[in-house]
Amino acid sequence: MNRFVEKLLNPEPHQELIMGNYALVRAMLESGVKVATTYPGSPTPEIAAAIRAIPDEKRSLYFEYSVNEKVALEIALGASVNGHLSTVFFKSVGLNVAADSAVQLALMNVKGGMVIILGDDPGAHSSQNEQDNRHFARTSYIPMLEPATPTEAYKMYKEATKLSKKHQMPIFLRMTTHVCHANEVIEFDSLKIKDYNWKSDFDPEDGPYLPITKSVFPLKRNALKKLEFMQKESENSAFNKIHSPHGSGEVMGMKLGIISSSMPVLSILENLKNVEYPIDLLQINFSFPFPKRKVERFLDNHDEVLILEELDRVLEQELKNIAWDCNAQCKLLSRQYNNDLVGELTPGRTWKILSDTWPDLFPPKQKIHEEPDISPRIAQMCPGCGHRSAFHAIKKALPEGTITVGDIGCHSLGFFKPYNMGEILLSMGHSNGTGSGLSIRNNQQKVVTFIGDSTFFHAGIPGIINAQYHDHNITLVVMENGTTAMTGHQPHPGSGEISAKISIKKILESIGIEFIRDIDTYNQKKLTKYMQEALDHEGFSVVIARHPCMLKFTREQRRKESYNPSHVKINQEKCRQIYECVQEFACPSFAKLEGGKVVVNEELCIGDGSCLQTCPVNAIEFEKHGGNNG
Amino acid sequence: MDNLNIYISGVGGQGIGLLSKVLAQACLKAKYDIKSVDTHGLAQRGGTVVSQIRIGEDIYSPLIPKGEADIVIGLERLEALRAMPMLKPEGGRVLYYETQVQPIDVRLDDHNYPKKNELEAYIKKINGELKSVRNDDIPDVRMQNIVLLAEISKLGWIEKVNVELIKTVLKEILPESIKAMNLELFKKLANA
Repeated sequence: MNRFVEKLLNPEPHQELIMGNYALVRAMLESGVKVATTYPGSPTPEIAAAIRAIPDEKRSLYFEYSVNEKVALEIALGASVNGHLSTVFFKSVGLNVAADSAVQLALMNVKGGMVIILGDDPGAHSSQNEQDNRHFARTSYIPMLEPATPTEAYKMYKEATKLSKKHQMPIFLRMTTHVCHANEVIEFDSLKIKDYNWKSDFDPEDGPYLPITKSVFPLKRNALKKLEFMQKESENSAFNKIHSPHGSGEVMGMKLGIISSSMPVLSILENLKNVEYPIDLLQINFSFPFPKRKVERFLDNHDEVLILEELDRVLEQELKNIAWDCNAQCKLLSRQYNNDLVGELTPGRTWKILSDTWPDLFPPKQKIHEEPDISPRIAQMCPGCGHRSAFHAIKKALPEGTITVGDIGCHSLGFFKPYNMGEILLSMGHSNGTGSGLSIRNNQQKVVTFIGDSTFFHAGIPGIINAQYHDHNITLVVMENGTTAMTGHQPHPGSGEISAKISIKKILESIGIEFIRDIDTYNQKKLTKYMQEALDHEGFSVVIARHPCMLKFTREQRRKESYNPSHVKINQEKCRQIYECVQEFACPSFAKLEGGKVVVNEELCIGDGSCLQTCPVNAIEFEKHGGNNG
Repeated sequence: MDNLNIYISGVGGQGIGLLSKVLAQACLKAKYDIKSVDTHGLAQRGGTVVSQIRIGEDIYSPLIPKGEADIVIGLERLEALRAMPMLKPEGGRVLYYETQVQPIDVRLDDHNYPKKNELEAYIKKINGELKSVRNDDIPDVRMQNIVLLAEISKLGWIEKVNVELIKTVLKEILPESIKAMNLELFKKLANA
């Protein structure tokens, strides 16, 4: 057992410098969670990594990577109505996938307790949007807690399990990226893992669990009633509290207040410490149901109140409703510009909003530094990545004007230069639906769609079956690398790590697709040929372009005693500076020096050799012991 | 010690996670109050990665406000230059590993890779201090972070975070498979 796991399972109360995501796992263990499920997605994958780090015999809960977020949520619900405390976690947009079942949760008596951890991503660090899931609490009647720090995340999680069991109601714990990934010292309580009797406790009498026609109404009334109880909890919650860093008092003859929630609370405190005015800050981190009375009192006690929140105007709507109802006399201020609704509310941007609101107190900051005029650094596929070989080979087969439809995964990076493949992207598994739409009555342009293997299982299958069923004239390329690579190499049904591998090819064959070709992407010539044939085929055609994830493969190799690093080099006598390697195939291991010479950066090259075939004059050669072809 | 902000930047895959974890643990052992945060996301795929460590008693956010970093540690020249606006306007300090990882824009001739003197000029303008390290004898490029750790422990830019402290942390947190090799290099470079 490694040191990390030893600390995670330490039965004694202790202090530890730890990341928010890891702290949640300690909270799960202390709370006695019995079933945890997920589908990987940033910013939450470290939660699963920490759970999996615990050896089976020491792990007091059942854990699985479900096929998608909806299934993960349903498993957690099933476990909870069977009496087991459960939790499910996924990224912000994962909730959209799970939504069809998530909106029903509050109608159910989740008697074992159930906590849903959401990883929202203000700033879209690793997401396709900045979806603000605070709206979702209101849509689904599910209470929401929003920690600002890892300590608060740990405490709130434990509180959420208690509240959930007490009211038999699911609870959202809304994390954001930099709460998930922040590190601080947390004081952990003791951990007592008790023997657990896996008693099956499902009883329809505890429901009803069947919302159909008229039976919907009593269930909905029940949910609304429970929200009233939760309202009292939020009203009395210590997570909703006032900070007065410089005491209370008047500024400019007025009492000023700010209302905020979750991580922006920290950005505001960071700025308040630099001024001396007594401005009160009310943090509302148990944010739904909204602590109405507490807010009324705060409004009553202040002359001007600024609502300073991150992303959408959710707090603002709640507050304005309350201000109207209680006929508040204070002046309510909020963010003035659309741009204030975009991106993360960092300390610097928070100063700007404070400055827009109260310029005398928070004078506009002068620009301190000139921004250096330097190259951006966009993420790219790793050295040796099979997707690079695929894009390079496929591009050669596409007629001018072919529309390429991308999907979520590492191959989304194919859109960046120099490949520019995958020109439209919505969501997990969208490519075949969107591609089919693009192909309707389209005899001017070919349509090529991409999908990764984890996404295939997650949400890709319906679009594929639809394309086959309606014989849409598209060519699908399945980018199969044997893992959920982008989020850190989690298993999926086709990876063969958990149970026998489920074959994508056999699934495709079973629905009757006529044209299927299957090829390792390092065989670039043949892949180009298959693509040409697939494009010539009338109707739906599929090319499976497979190569194992080389980042995963190389890491595994490096752990072996026998690992012997190899590289390629440029034979400078043969090189004619055509630049196909460095600019078209564009493996990051190639560097172009001033003066035009191409060299291999040995810090990056993994010696996979997929580049050798791209050089028209065969100037790329293996160094040392020859090739290691994956 | 007053508050101290350390901003670390590099390219995904260069080992910034370990570097930042060692420094954070060393600060903790030195009894400092700390907060830190790493940028993950697409970092693994060769994009810019950033890690921030904040030391001090009245720190709230783990994010360093622009223009308030006392120290920038760069794992590569271009990323060191990109981090410059984070530095304090007067007297910030920079330590970086003198290597180049070309982004696609440089390889396509859309941008130039910055020269060493661009970084020097920037530092001069703010009366800062610039140090670079490079070691061509390391057995594995993934040990560049150890070279940086040895240098930072010798420089004494973080009071109390000295050679002994970092050595202790390395012993504690390095995975067994790479522990001996990395410790040996650290001891050699830091004269420990």
